[in-house]
Amino acid sequence: MAAVPASAVEARVPVVEALSADKVYANGTRALNPVELAIWPGEFVTLLGPSGCGKSTLLKMIANLIAPSAGRLLWWRHGFDRVGEAGKQLVMVFQDATLMPWARVQANVRLPLDLQKINRDSANSRVAEALALVGLTGFERHYPRQLSGGMQMRASIARALVTDPNLLLMDEPFGALDEITRNRLDADLIQLWWKKKLTVVFVTHSIYEAVFLSTRVIVMAARPGRVLAEVKIDEPHPRSDAFRVTQKFAGYAKQLSEHLADASSRGATDL
Amino acid sequence: MKNSRYLPWVAPVSVGIAAVIVWHALVKAFDVPHYLVPSPALVVRTLIADWGLLFGSLLVTLKITFGAFFMAVLVGTVVAFLFVQSRWVEVSFFPYAVLLQVTPIVAIAPLIIIWVRNPTAALVVCATIVALFPIISNTTLGLRSVNPALLDLFRMNKASRWQTLIRLRIPSAAPYFFGGLRISSGLALIGAVVAEFVAGTGGTSAGLAYQILQAGFSINIPRLFAALFLITVTGVALFLLMVFLSKLALGSWHESEVKQEA
Repeated sequence: MAAVPASAVEARVPVVEALSADKVYANGTRALNPVELAIWPGEFVTLLGPSGCGKSTLLKMIANLIAPSAGRLLWWRHGFDRVGEAGKQLVMVFQDATLMPWARVQANVRLPLDLQKINRDSANSRVAEALALVGLTGFERHYPRQLSGGMQMRASIARALVTDPNLLLMDEPFGALDEITRNRLDADLIQLWWKKKLTVVFVTHSIYEAVFLSTRVIVMAARPGRVLAEVKIDEPHPRSDAFRVTQKFAGYAKQLSEHLADASSRGATDL
Repeated sequence: MKNSRYLPWVAPVSVGIAAVIVWHALVKAFDVPHYLVPSPALVVRTLIADWGLLFGSLLVTLKITFGAFFMAVLVGTVVAFLFVQSRWVEVSFFPYAVLLQVTPIVAIAPLIIIWVRNPTAALVVCATIVALFPIISNTTLGLRSVNPALLDLFRMNKASRWQTLIRLRIPSAAPYFFGGLRISSGLALIGAVVAEFVAGTGGTSAGLAYQILQAGFSINIPRLFAALFLITVTGVALFLLMVFLSKLALGSWHESEVKQEA
């Protein structure tokens, strides 16, 4: 089912598995039908779908911020309580930059290390590395309000990367940005993913963003939230902006939008 | 935009000076007797002549005001922290905080003055009750107004309750808390004056309210005006002090304090 990198044996252990995990809220609303999904090391998986398709719900279940109503999730083949023991880290980048407005960029990025009580000097040098990765060197002493939206998002990504995470979860991180800034950040993110050999689960409602970034796209539909299809994006890395204007890119975008259109037309007849 | 820096000072001061001039002119023009409306000059002369008496009373009123303000901040903050520990506590006790707020202090002051032996302490208790509510409600609101995504972030990083309180809840609450301080400082002064009126304590513990009462009885209107003037100045000074504290604490980051860049 999934794209399994044949290289390493260790790669055979999925980072996250959802086993018939679903979500029904207390008022009976079904947010998500049972999902079967495995995320493999080194993948860039995108959850693509309209509002209400349960993509954020699924992401929050993967982050262990909410529990599934039935079924279960496994991280590296174990329950969540074993995640910390094995020295594994999951981190999340939210829809907004969610920086602490009272703290400077440096203190914001250092937060995960401060919470782990890592000593200030080594923490600061790791912060400097993370800021360099996202291109924010020199902005350590700035307050978040002094940064543009795109730069705030970069700081938020630096905060996520500062702990060297094994799994990076991103919940529509660039949704509030203008398209030009978004494309820049997408291009930088895919470079980072490639360079740092990250594993990413990315939520978006933009078809083009999904095609550009992903190794695999999970297409979802709403009412009830469910997985429609999986599409592998077979384009080698590192990808550059040139990929956006290829026939292949357009083909994938068409394929994804057809899946989405199918679902919504069927949804309409249900009403 | 050069004048915009001074405008907040120049404009209200000009209005004040104009008002005093009009007041003086009207009193002179209609030959108003000083036992009805004294001229501003007479008020100033009285202020200087009665300075010994009025300054002593000012100190008494200040002592009660600051005592009450301090107690209100202390008690209010503690209560707010208890409220956010559990919904149960808040739901059970918040209506009583409201009850305390809506009960007119003049109605319960006689009771407190009977119950509390020390007259100064009794007045401080009265003024504290008046000043307490804004601190409780604002601080509680602030401690609850945490960005939910930041809370998720803290949870994902396995932050302890204590770390979340110190690093997230208290800084998030700070702007609300300082808003509460501004309201509460003014109320502490009002509470002190009202309580003094009810208690009517004379002698060495006579506050400005007592001087106003006495001046009213003996139709010493210039002194009444002078005492009123001191109360007003105290109120304005308290407000400015709170503005300054708020700038000091939030100036670097909060929208309410950050200067708009042109």
